[in-house]
Amino acid sequence: MATATANTITQTTYVSPTRQRVMGMVFLGFAVAIWVLFGRETEPGVITTFGMAVGAQAGSIEPLRLPSLATLNILALASAFVGAGQLARGFGRYTNWMLALVTGFFIFSFLTWAAADKSLNLVGLLNTSLSRAVPITLGAMSGILCERAGVVNIAIEGMMLFGAMSGTLVASVTDNLWLGVLAAVITGALLAVVHAVFSIKYMVDQIVSGTVINIFSVGMTSYISSKFLQHYQELNRPGTFRAFPIPVLADIPVVGPILFNNNMFVYAMFAFLILLHVALFYTRWGLRLRSVGEHPRAADTLGINVFRTRYMAVILGGMMAGFGGAFFSLGSVGRFDEVMTAGRGFIGLAAMIFGNWTPFGAFGAGLLFGFADSLQARLAILGIPIPSQFLLMVPYVATMIVLAGVVGRGEMPAADGQPYVKE
Amino acid sequence: MAPVLELKNITKQFPGVLANDNISLTLEEGEIHALLGENGAGKTTLMNILYGLYQPTRGEIFVRGKKVEIHSPSDAIAAGIGMVHQHFMLIPVFTVTENVMLGAEETRGGGILDRAAAAQKIREISEKYGLAVQPEAYVKNLPVGVQQRVEIIKLLYRQADILIFDEPTAVLTPQEADELVKIMRSLVQQGKSIIFITHKLREVLEVANRITVIRRGRVVGATTPAEADQKKLAEMMVGRQVDLLLEKKTPKVGDPVLKVKDLVVLDHRDHILVDGISFQVHAGEVLGIAGVQGNGQTELVEAITGLNHPVKGTITLLGHNITHATPRQITKLGVGHVPEDRQRDGLVLSFPIHDNIVLNTYFKPPYSKGVVMQAERILAEAEELVKAFDIRTPSAKNSAGSLSGGNQQKVIVAREFSRPTKLLVASQPTRGLDVGSIEYIHARILQKRDEGCAVLLVSPELDEILQLSDRIAVMYRGKIIAIVDAAKTTKEELGLLMAGIAPKTEGKEVSHG
Amino acid sequence: MAESKQPDTQAPAEKEPKKEQGFMRVFLQELTSQSLLIPILAIFTGLVLGAIIIILTSEEVYAGFGKSFGAGLSASWNAVRTAYNALFTSAIGSPSRMIAALQGDDALEIRRTFNPILESLVASTPYIFAGLAVALGFRSGLFNIGVEGQLFIGAIFSAYVGYRFAGLPAFIHLPFALLAGMLGGALWGFIPGWLKAKTGGHEVINTIMMNYIAFRLSEWLLMGPMKRPDSFNPVSPTIADSAKLPSFFEPPIRFHAGFFLALFVAWLVYWFLFKTKWGFELRTVGANRHAARYAGMNITVVTVAAMSLSGALAGLAGANEVLGVNYNLALAFSAGYGFDAIALALLGKSHPLGVVLAALLFGTLRSGALGMQLTAGIPIDIISVLQAFILAFIAAPAIIRTIYRLRKPGTKEEDSLVLSGWGEG
Repeated sequence: MATATANTITQTTYVSPTRQRVMGMVFLGFAVAIWVLFGRETEPGVITTFGMAVGAQAGSIEPLRLPSLATLNILALASAFVGAGQLARGFGRYTNWMLALVTGFFIFSFLTWAAADKSLNLVGLLNTSLSRAVPITLGAMSGILCERAGVVNIAIEGMMLFGAMSGTLVASVTDNLWLGVLAAVITGALLAVVHAVFSIKYMVDQIVSGTVINIFSVGMTSYISSKFLQHYQELNRPGTFRAFPIPVLADIPVVGPILFNNNMFVYAMFAFLILLHVALFYTRWGLRLRSVGEHPRAADTLGINVFRTRYMAVILGGMMAGFGGAFFSLGSVGRFDEVMTAGRGFIGLAAMIFGNWTPFGAFGAGLLFGFADSLQARLAILGIPIPSQFLLMVPYVATMIVLAGVVGRGEMPAADGQPYVKE
Repeated sequence: MAPVLELKNITKQFPGVLANDNISLTLEEGEIHALLGENGAGKTTLMNILYGLYQPTRGEIFVRGKKVEIHSPSDAIAAGIGMVHQHFMLIPVFTVTENVMLGAEETRGGGILDRAAAAQKIREISEKYGLAVQPEAYVKNLPVGVQQRVEIIKLLYRQADILIFDEPTAVLTPQEADELVKIMRSLVQQGKSIIFITHKLREVLEVANRITVIRRGRVVGATTPAEADQKKLAEMMVGRQVDLLLEKKTPKVGDPVLKVKDLVVLDHRDHILVDGISFQVHAGEVLGIAGVQGNGQTELVEAITGLNHPVKGTITLLGHNITHATPRQITKLGVGHVPEDRQRDGLVLSFPIHDNIVLNTYFKPPYSKGVVMQAERILAEAEELVKAFDIRTPSAKNSAGSLSGGNQQKVIVAREFSRPTKLLVASQPTRGLDVGSIEYIHARILQKRDEGCAVLLVSPELDEILQLSDRIAVMYRGKIIAIVDAAKTTKEELGLLMAGIAPKTEGKEVSHG
Repeated sequence: MAESKQPDTQAPAEKEPKKEQGFMRVFLQELTSQSLLIPILAIFTGLVLGAIIIILTSEEVYAGFGKSFGAGLSASWNAVRTAYNALFTSAIGSPSRMIAALQGDDALEIRRTFNPILESLVASTPYIFAGLAVALGFRSGLFNIGVEGQLFIGAIFSAYVGYRFAGLPAFIHLPFALLAGMLGGALWGFIPGWLKAKTGGHEVINTIMMNYIAFRLSEWLLMGPMKRPDSFNPVSPTIADSAKLPSFFEPPIRFHAGFFLALFVAWLVYWFLFKTKWGFELRTVGANRHAARYAGMNITVVTVAAMSLSGALAGLAGANEVLGVNYNLALAFSAGYGFDAIALALLGKSHPLGVVLAALLFGTLRSGALGMQLTAGIPIDIISVLQAFILAFIAAPAIIRTIYRLRKPGTKEEDSLVLSGWGEG
């Protein structure tokens, strides 16, 4: 079998040299950007103060005081160093981690520059970022569930919106937040059934089907809202899930207030993240689900029920979106407003793409987008001359860049969006 | 002892077509049973029935003497039947292990995958049958031959002992094919039984223990390699029809029209598929390109017609360098192209026939004046061509998709043959057509030649090549290994050349002028 | 697989010509009648479901059923009748009043009675443009979900030209403002088109993203650079009179030349798509890009051009609203025209004439719903629900066929909206 082995060896894994070079240039670009945009704008001797505590800890933990210019120079150098390393040798499969690192440097530089000679509560900012990331990540996970099984779901927005409303309604009527969450999840599932029947049974174009659900959800929730919720205030008073500090953990300095003093949705998101990640990549269930999204015919020939798998995935995705929708009303403001999701479902879709159809990737993207979102709210306070709308554009522009393959194209499921026709 | 597998009177009726007509077949333990037939004879349908992808209209299946009902692939797998599909059923982004265990996963408690255990099993199977497959490799990184071995492992992993190979060599290089033959022998030695579906005579004679030939959905004969030779098998396969003898005038060969020099073409994965080819086609002759499918013919044609650009070499058409020309420029220079895949490339099925008739000339007068298309003129022209080329349709306004395969091809032929061309590139012009349409298209090609047009004919069908060509170039692994005079060569010689066995005497190339 | 399918397609067609011509004609008639029947039934079913929603959300109905079953039924009937009656009269007007007004001499009364129907036409106009934009995309195999964003950018451009270049004569200023709107939309369509052609980035995702970029951009412009100096709201300055689309009647009638422009553009799109070689290329690329490549068409150019043209049409929808109706740009000027346009392009089978008819329907519904909200207390959002139902039934005619027990038509060409999945470059 000598020839056979030889065959295998000649086909070594192909790492595109251009991607290596492009990423190197991107890293260097970040370094230059840090230096030009922030470093040269910062006076020497200025101090940036980052608040590292909120609430009860505020007195006990000292804020972090950094010399602004020195910090910026170090970060620029570090980025340049990573970029040079990438150009010279390449980091292979760790390239994406390096990208995350350098992006982190860039963001930190931005903050250092923005808060130069001022004070910025870093912990508060990160905590808000995390909670803004919740609906985005849940939406993205909804998309992952569907698309990994080969069904495109652009109806995340609609499912979330409807979930937000039915959650509010049920929680207000029953005076029980958990029942509200349950109602939101069921609503998401029902809309998902519609999407599944349309796209799997009737083989309607999945984007059209998603559009149907989006239009319907916006129309129906606004209709119910203006017909009932605005007239009967008691129907729109569900209350909210309160933050629940986890004993001991919540007291850890810095990390505690960011991670362990949140409401149920944040913890649930982490639980779902881990669950979905394990389920997708380490279980029989996930292997079969992914096989259906990659090559349904192959799965079929191995006795896997393509239709059933897809139905299940889409409905689970709908439940996830419904749950994420409940966050808007029950997890945050405590009432339902018309079109309150405001495109977060689509940002979820973007986070899914940005995160390469993986739960943790999507979470990373969700954090980034959530960060941009929470930062824009503070721009005015810090007196930074960047219109907040431009920060809000970040998710969209970033997604388009990823989609264009500039920094390496993601691997979407091969059969995504294609109806399966049994012979 | 009962045979391992027995098919009794299997009949499969599709709407309007009898795909399998009363087929009976037995497979003994430890044998390779070849199922031989032309494309469209009904081999794949039969095997899809056996694998549970289709349900037979009538007939019974017995495994080791016991009657089985196969309604889905799961039933087939349970009965010990496995199939290596013509188009691999592999998921490129999965590893070998994941592909193999999919649907029959090794798990620890709670449905958690046990990749290590599965990989160990794969390694054992791989060693036992000499398959040399690494379980951790990603399928997308494996060459085709290895991917096929992964398919085989999938079956062995499920303990299938009846293995169906559906045209397994169609996608392989000759070396890989030889490798496969060895693997098949090793499989039967270890007690497996194999049904080997093919239309390649040489392989059948080389590897099979018994041979069943089917034609038009019916079993027309059974034999063994000892009793049969290629000629006899070929006769059984195509029927005892006398070779369609075409009235063929002696060629009036003119100046070279197309010159191809040192051409190198890559595919999208940067594999070399055309490897330094040079040849010329002269006015008034048919140059046939023979060869097993997948030896670079498709890419050669794409390069000549501007659909793909070569990385090296030159293509000259009547003195114009068209190496990097666009399809539009090449069409304008007077090249007609009958594409290999008529439904994918040659036609817009949802468009009416008249729009397809002007698909690549719509922009020129008289079909367009300025930017405005001349609908009446186009329709009139199309109706005329429908008559002239005997396209069976109520009207040229009907959609191309409503036509039968033969008539669809005639639409393309009408379009490409009716305008004045200097060079005609015909790629598998009669694939999958009925005899009547084949005859018609062959006559049209020769007519074109006699009008002084240079014709480049690409076909894996030796008969077609022999009947139409004046010279024959044989392609093998991206190279032309010989150009022979059609009048002086034989099927046997071409067969050897197609198998990569170079001619004994050097300098066998013939050329005009 | 292919092996067995081949004969499948061959056999039936061979026989057909032998049959009588009469059979063919009957067959064709049936086909066309069903292709009209399905949209009509879809609209009808949508209205029925809308009625059910109105009943289910009406307090009077519940009160009625609380008294007796009969009272409940009559309350249901009343609710639906009031609602749809209000819808009809505010969309079309009251025929008897029109006749009376025409017989009388009161000019204001005439204007008032004819206002509803003209107002419906006003509401239809942006739908026509936006629907044409989506339809043109569909014809070239592209799914332009970005019409809403393109419409915003178009509105921004034409609003800017409208107030910034005051003083130009109308015959220059108006065309200039319209062209600016087209240019803005075209630009917003060009980007995803170019990305699709050059990088294979899927236009659906890119246009969704471009929508939100457009929203944020207009938000910023209206709160900053383009904000009317004397206003606290995010509104642009009023455009100059010379940039306004001429209106023909005195207030309250808002009916303006935009409607005729829309009809003309619809005709132009029809002519372009079906009579010119560019349209032929666009449709060929949409129907079979492999064949288009074989035929020597430049797929890159066609794709980019199609998206840009689609964007330009969408931009006209925005320009129309700014120059013909609002005379300024406000944040909430679009009632989701771009998204509804997807529904109406499908309803109109991506044919300009179909689009115009579907747009008239949607415009009428919308303008009627406004009246319905005022007189019957039914929130206007019911229209979106109706549109979603109609779109659903158009997209899945099998549902309609099941409900009304229609036979499945014999050809495969029907309901052939199969667009590429995410993955296809």
